[in-house]
Amino acid sequence: MTARIVLQQADIARALTRISHEILESQRGSSAAGSDLILLGIPTRGVLLARRIGALLQSIEPGTSTVGALDVTMYRDDLAKNPTRAPSPTDIPPGGIDGKTVILVDDVLYSGRTIRCALDALSDLGRPRAVRLAVLVDRGHRELPIRADFVGKNLPTAVEERIFVRMTETDGIDEVTIE
Amino acid sequence: MSILITGAQLPDGTSTDLFIDNGVFTTPGTADRTIDAAGLIALPGLVDLHTHLREPGFEQSETVLTGSRAAAIGGFTAVFAMANTMPVQDTAGVVEQVHSLGQRHGYVTVQPIGAVTAGLAGQQLSEIGAMAQSRARVRVFSDDGHCVSDALLMRRALEYVKTFGGVVAQHAQEPRLTVGAQMNEGALSSELGLTGWPAVAEESIIARDVLLAQHVGARLHICHVSTAGSVEVIRWAKARGVDVTAEVTPHHLLLTEQLAAGYDSRFKVNPPLRRDEDVLALRAALADRTIDIVATDHAPHPPEAKECAWDEAANGMVGLESALSVVHAAVVESGQLDWGDIARVLSRKPADIGQLAGYDAAFALGSPAHLTLYDPAVTRTFATTDLRGKGLNSPYLGYKLPGRVLATIHHGYPTVLDGELVDAHEVAAQAVAREASQK
Amino acid sequence: MRHLLSTKDLGRDEAIALLDIAEDMADVANREVKKLPTLRGKTVVNLFFEDSTRTRVSFEVAAKRLSADVINFSAKGSSLSKGESLKDTAQTLAAMGADGVVIRHHASGAPRVLAESGWIGAAIVNAGDGTHEHPTQALLDAFTIRRRLHGAGARGRGLDGVTVTIVGDILHSRVARSNIWLLTTLGATVSLVAPATLLPVSIAGWPVTAGYDLDAAIDNGPDVVMMLRIQAERMSAAFFPNAREYGRQWGLDDERVGRLPAASIVMHPGPMNRGLEISANAADSAQSTVLEQVANGVSIRMAVLYNLLSGAVVA
Repeated sequence: MTARIVLQQADIARALTRISHEILESQRGSSAAGSDLILLGIPTRGVLLARRIGALLQSIEPGTSTVGALDVTMYRDDLAKNPTRAPSPTDIPPGGIDGKTVILVDDVLYSGRTIRCALDALSDLGRPRAVRLAVLVDRGHRELPIRADFVGKNLPTAVEERIFVRMTETDGIDEVTIE
Repeated sequence: MSILITGAQLPDGTSTDLFIDNGVFTTPGTADRTIDAAGLIALPGLVDLHTHLREPGFEQSETVLTGSRAAAIGGFTAVFAMANTMPVQDTAGVVEQVHSLGQRHGYVTVQPIGAVTAGLAGQQLSEIGAMAQSRARVRVFSDDGHCVSDALLMRRALEYVKTFGGVVAQHAQEPRLTVGAQMNEGALSSELGLTGWPAVAEESIIARDVLLAQHVGARLHICHVSTAGSVEVIRWAKARGVDVTAEVTPHHLLLTEQLAAGYDSRFKVNPPLRRDEDVLALRAALADRTIDIVATDHAPHPPEAKECAWDEAANGMVGLESALSVVHAAVVESGQLDWGDIARVLSRKPADIGQLAGYDAAFALGSPAHLTLYDPAVTRTFATTDLRGKGLNSPYLGYKLPGRVLATIHHGYPTVLDGELVDAHEVAAQAVAREASQK
Repeated sequence: MRHLLSTKDLGRDEAIALLDIAEDMADVANREVKKLPTLRGKTVVNLFFEDSTRTRVSFEVAAKRLSADVINFSAKGSSLSKGESLKDTAQTLAAMGADGVVIRHHASGAPRVLAESGWIGAAIVNAGDGTHEHPTQALLDAFTIRRRLHGAGARGRGLDGVTVTIVGDILHSRVARSNIWLLTTLGATVSLVAPATLLPVSIAGWPVTAGYDLDAAIDNGPDVVMMLRIQAERMSAAFFPNAREYGRQWGLDDERVGRLPAASIVMHPGPMNRGLEISANAADSAQSTVLEQVANGVSIRMAVLYNLLSGAVVA
């Protein structure tokens, strides 16, 4: 099957900028101060996206947010069906998540199961004031009642299609393809 | 019963027809049965100087009957039954019981070995004279399983046995050097964390005993020699004129300690499997007659004695059924021994050491008809279906082994035909008929 | 990885991966909820034919932090001490649906026998077998060394260039054997120091050097000195004359600790004989990692259980 590029570098940059503004917009009027915002990326590429969004937030409104990583491997419901996975580090910014607004960041939203894992993992780490979800691509086919608050691009797909998110830090290029 | 065997190859390489009547080899006449032995080797009936039949006392492991059947299918016509039964074979009553059980079943001649010390306890001599003069006519005395480690007791045993023309068969194992010993001591035992059984524990006892035997002018037999160092000591003793004979087991001629690496207790045996260089030295010693005979140390155990951790498992392997094939693989295929040598190390010489009559002139007219027909050309993957005793603890399961026994004849009647045991009732009836004809 | 029976079977990448997972597991100990749902619905049996409260509890905590159900099967007062065979026990555990069996046994090789017997399909973890191996102890030792040397940057690294001296009863020590294989696989250089009676008669094939002189070994300034426990019964079996002489020749006393480089670390698998193989000061010094070893034991055992029990069962 041939690959089709659906997002290029400029599209991704634009999407992340928009998401950043939307995040800040959503925070206005809330009682929480900006620094109570924690971006937690889900490894691997969610972490990279979280860092980029964090940098954008920092450039728009300095001091508004901190960035970390949340590994969900240990919370997956399909561990017994696959070969053992090596977990990735979880990195919670100092001060923890209690009372903070946590924005979960992932590259692709699909069945929703990964996010379910992330919600479980979060509840073991503390009690956030609110949890939001930001994704670069929402490809549909949800299996759980989960939706994203911030979406880079809604991408209708067939189940047999696969979405590849590549990022400069790990893959040498920023692009999203569908195969 | 008369049997004509046609076209068999004798151990010396010549081919001939053999005629058996009334229990002995004789001149051809009318045969009740003809066996076509073309392509087969006729060996004299094999004699095992070292078998554990377990009866009386450990009938869950083996009985005289099942052990006799294992022997017959392996080509044996006589076995020497070790003394570590319960009660111990240390009185005339027990040895006569074992002897007569063997006679009644009829598959092989069962010649009991008497204990050197009462109860195998290593404290005082057993009733050696009574056993020697019993109907079982015991001539070999051994505490096998235990070493007669007390030097004075060993000296006395060597001397006392002389009185009755017997021989002491020593299980050479210095007990203090082998407390808790599990396998050959060396780099592998260090890695596996198994307590070592050092070669020196065997060699030091052999060295002591050959000197004792020389000093008191007695005959000494060394059981299951397992190390290159032991070979050196025996070679030295023979050169000095000491009246010593020695045996090696089939497994020590073929298997090495490396098999312990998987902690599979089928490979746990006493003395333990040794290094490659020991195996090579034992083969060479058998070839140059430093070691006189092969004896199986057939040691059957019930499954539960082996289905456990190595330390907790019993020592020993069954060996009667596989012995000839294993010796074939170890020293005949390599060219170190020919079939004439095999006839010596597995029949004539062990009978000679054990003073068992009827094996000194194999195939000669008028001598007892003990023989086995062996097909050296076939190869088989050894399996539990090849075993006929109660013990399934063979180290060769899954091994490709050469050769197969197709017929065994004991006192002129078949115990094995077409590679399978003759029915127990038939064999017993033949044995009874022979007994009757002797009287 | 299907079982963990020996560190000799572990490749370098496999070992580093386990240590890295243990880093993640270590973080769990610092959280408010010290629990992961990973092994929910799995049953881990601690099958201890030999008393060892420390190791059993460590495995128990590890399994529980991963949400596994834990069943303790100990020798004392049970059928294990009444001659029930390893086979019967294994078949019983299989019938109960054990997914993992952590076995401590007085006989070398018992875990291997269990793993290869066909009596039970569960993953087998060797928690110390006779005088053979104690792989999780070696893993936690390697983990402890790596953390001390590399701190937060430990992930992904081996122990290349690290010099380790193991002192004491090498002959009977499963800890020593497992460490020798693992530490050298990870790139460390290992030397042994013991009286000749407590060194195996042959260590041909072991990737180590061996000597008798602790003072010379100390003067070489090793990065790690690992002291082994001396069992009281070794004295009666004539391995050495008495505790006083052993301590004088092979004990890590205050004077010897003082001669070690400041950055060297002192390890002991516990339980310690203070005043025999290690002085109280040495055990309690900043160089000592004894308590870290205990804490790290839980992380390592979580990593091992995760590795063996979380994935699909490979036929």
